[in-house]
Amino acid sequence: MTSQLVFGAVAVVVAFVLFRLLRAGRIREKYAALWILIGVGIIALAAWPGLMVELSHLFGVAVPSNLLFFAAILLLLGVALHLSLEASKLEDEVRTLAEQVALIRTDLDDARATATAASDDGTDPDRTRG
Amino acid sequence: MTSTLRRLVIMPAWNEESVVGSTITELLRVVTDADLLVVDDGSTDGTASAARDAGAHVMVLPFNLGVGGALRAGFVYAWEHGYDQAIQVDADGQHDPTQVEAVLAGLEHADISIGARFAGAGDYRVRGPRAWAMKLLSSVFTRAAGVQLTDVTSGFRAANRRTILQYTRHYPAEYLGDTVDSLLTAIRAGLTVVQVPVAMRPRQGGEPSHAPWKAAVYLLRSAFALLIALTRERTPARELPTRRAAA
Repeated sequence: MTSQLVFGAVAVVVAFVLFRLLRAGRIREKYAALWILIGVGIIALAAWPGLMVELSHLFGVAVPSNLLFFAAILLLLGVALHLSLEASKLEDEVRTLAEQVALIRTDLDDARATATAASDDGTDPDRTRG
Repeated sequence: MTSTLRRLVIMPAWNEESVVGSTITELLRVVTDADLLVVDDGSTDGTASAARDAGAHVMVLPFNLGVGGALRAGFVYAWEHGYDQAIQVDADGQHDPTQVEAVLAGLEHADISIGARFAGAGDYRVRGPRAWAMKLLSSVFTRAAGVQLTDVTSGFRAANRRTILQYTRHYPAEYLGDTVDSLLTAIRAGLTVVQVPVAMRPRQGGEPSHAPWKAAVYLLRSAFALLIALTRERTPARELPTRRAAA
C-alpha cells in the first residue's frame, strides 16, 4: 500500500511540475506531451496495482516488475532519441543561419566599402568581385 | 589560359593566422583570373585580419562550423554571386597555387575536378590502416564514378556551376562529410568527376598524424561515412536555371 502512495505522489509531483513549466512557457508542448503521458501512465499503475499483473500475463512476462522496467527503458530510449533528433535539427538550422549571417555581413561590408569609395572618390577599397 | 568564366577560389581557414597570409600572397600572385574568398571558420586568432592584410576578400563565420560548414558557406556565396567555377584550396599552403589552373582545366571534361596526390605527380606516401582506408575509398569511388579515382579525400577540388548548386544542397559538416560524403552524393546525383594529378607540398603548419590507432579510427570512420553515403537515397542533381545560357 505504501508503495502505491509513493508512486502516486511521484506521478502527481511530475505532472504538477510539467504543468507549471508548460504554463510558464519554459517547455514546448511537443516535449511535455510525452512526459505527461508517462505521468498519466504512472498514476494509472499506482491507482490500480492489479493492472500491472494483468498486463504481464498478457505479454507472457513472469515477473510484473520486469515488464515495468522493460517499458520504462523503452520509453526513455524513445525520449533520448527524440532529443537527439531535435538537437541535430537545431544544429542544422543554426548552421544555415550562421551561413546566411556571414553571407549578409560580407555583402554588407562590400556595399559599405563601395559606397565609401564612391564618396571618397578614387581609392579602391577592397578586392572587388567580378 | 584566359577565359570569360567567373571563377572563385574558396579557402577555408580556421586559426591559420601564421600561414594564411603567405598562402594568400602566393596565390594572388599566381592565380590572376579568379577571385579569392577566404572563409574564416570562427577563428579565435587573427586569421581574418591576416587574410585581409594579404589582400583577400574574407567571409567571417560567427562560430566554428568545421571544414564542411565553411566550404558550404563558400559554395553558397559562389552560387549567389553567380560564379561559374569554384575551386577549394587549403589555407595551410599544402596546395600549390601553380596547379590551380590545371585542376580548374579538369572542369572542361567533368562537373568535378579533383587534384589527386597518388596519380603520378609528387611523392606522397602512406602505409598501414590509413593506406587501407584510402584503398577502400578509392575502389568504392572508382566503381561509383566509372573512372579511376585514387585520392578522394583530397581537398584540392574544383566544381562547375551545376556542382556548386549541388553542394549548396548537400555538403555535410560531419567528419569526412566535406570530402567523402559530398563527393559520393554528387556522383550518385549524376555529376561526373575527373582526376588531375598534382604534387602536394608538406603543410607549412603542423604535421599530419601518423599514429596507427588514429589511422585505424580513420579507417573505421571512412567506412562508416561510405556506408551512410552509399545507402542514402539518390536525388538527381537539379538542372541549372536557363538564364545562365546568355553569360
